[in-house]
Amino acid sequence: MPIKICIIDTGSANLNSVVQAFKRLNYEAVVTSDTSELATADRLVLPGVGTACAVMSGVDKYNLRDFIINTKKPLLGICLGMQIQVTDSKEVPLESNDDVIPCLNIMPGHVVKIPDTGLYLPHMGWNTVTHTDHPLFDGIKQDAYFYFDHSFAIEVTENTIGKTNYGVDFSSAIAKDNFMGVQFHPEKSSKAGEQLVTNFIKNF
Amino acid sequence: MLAKRIIPCLDVRDGVVVKGVQFRNHEVMGSIIDLAKRYADEGADELVFYDITASSDGRRVDKSWVAKVAEVINIPFAVAGGIKSVEDAKTILAYGADKISINSPALADPSLITRLADKFGVQCVVVGIDTYYDKETDNYLVKQYTGDVSRTVTTHWHTLDWVEEVQKRGAGEIVLNMMNQDGMKNGYDLEQLKKVRAICKLPLIASGGAGTMDHFLEAFEIAHTDGALAASVFHKGTIHIPKLKEYLKSKGVCIRD
Repeated sequence: MPIKICIIDTGSANLNSVVQAFKRLNYEAVVTSDTSELATADRLVLPGVGTACAVMSGVDKYNLRDFIINTKKPLLGICLGMQIQVTDSKEVPLESNDDVIPCLNIMPGHVVKIPDTGLYLPHMGWNTVTHTDHPLFDGIKQDAYFYFDHSFAIEVTENTIGKTNYGVDFSSAIAKDNFMGVQFHPEKSSKAGEQLVTNFIKNF
Repeated sequence: MLAKRIIPCLDVRDGVVVKGVQFRNHEVMGSIIDLAKRYADEGADELVFYDITASSDGRRVDKSWVAKVAEVINIPFAVAGGIKSVEDAKTILAYGADKISINSPALADPSLITRLADKFGVQCVVVGIDTYYDKETDNYLVKQYTGDVSRTVTTHWHTLDWVEEVQKRGAGEIVLNMMNQDGMKNGYDLEQLKKVRAICKLPLIASGGAGTMDHFLEAFEIAHTDGALAASVFHKGTIHIPKLKEYLKSKGVCIRD
């Protein structure tokens, strides 16, 4: 049986990049927000483009919250799809009076704006990841380069499996049980990214 | 550490890659897909595609080639040219582009920058600035509709003021196209880059004038840009990307291996 990969559609994301990344590795990926279809997947991918608020409203609009929190299938969040797995995010809309947006709280952690250390924001381009030899990083050397494009990030926590420095250290990869997330874009990270996607399919 | 980016720029017209000198006399350089794939394989950090006919013709241009690019390359890429609305941007991003770059339409309606940033996030909104050094008045001025010489106009914007304005309005990156240098291969305008760098808190990309490997080094070491963009030296094979990256690394520049 071929492995079934589903990309969770929260309505805000640019999903073709992720679909094409799997296709280049000869895997078909289905894009859907239908939880009965998602329930048949062997691997789940949660991408996210835009803002934490937009992705969280997409999660609720399509009634995906319970499904995501309760799934036992390996799930990989990318960028905002990683960020919304922790407790909350400080990326609130400009007009909002709230300090934080509650996220899925699958694992503890906070999304904060990368502090101003004199470096330019967004953190955009290729930066290195120091990892803990988690199976997601099999065959990927220490300090390999991945492509980043973000201004908010998860602080380093007990679930951090990859760290990156941009003035300060932040979590560039996290994992807890079947849940994994990466701040960078593996679908745009050349050979290292392809290795990580292959690991996600083969190692869990 | 964040690596400095080497960015080949592919000017697209009628579905093929072309290149002119100082924005004129374009010659065909090759197919979009072949060149995109070649540069990605050679170690380019990112690609930019400029559809140079789009804005100046005032027509909607077929952008389905963007989806083809997204199929074949595994590095990020931006698309520029003719993006006048949130809807236009949505189409390009849905095809699989990572960033959209706006230039003339941002000058026509600066609120477009904010609307795009609100909808898609600042990280995917690049503003391209065509800047011209006017020797007589010693001013840096912004030009509009540079895709068509007969329609090109000088705007009322001084370059540094426009840089401030686009930052305020929510741009995520600035590509500075220094027109006097375009296609001349005598180096980036370092004086101008330094002036812009001093006020630009966003990632800044130098564009226009690269002819030798040292020109890239200067953009990074002297003007502290985040990336350097070039076209003809790559298309014509004058500079080979792996050799360029090796050279920059040997000079101590942080470069992705």
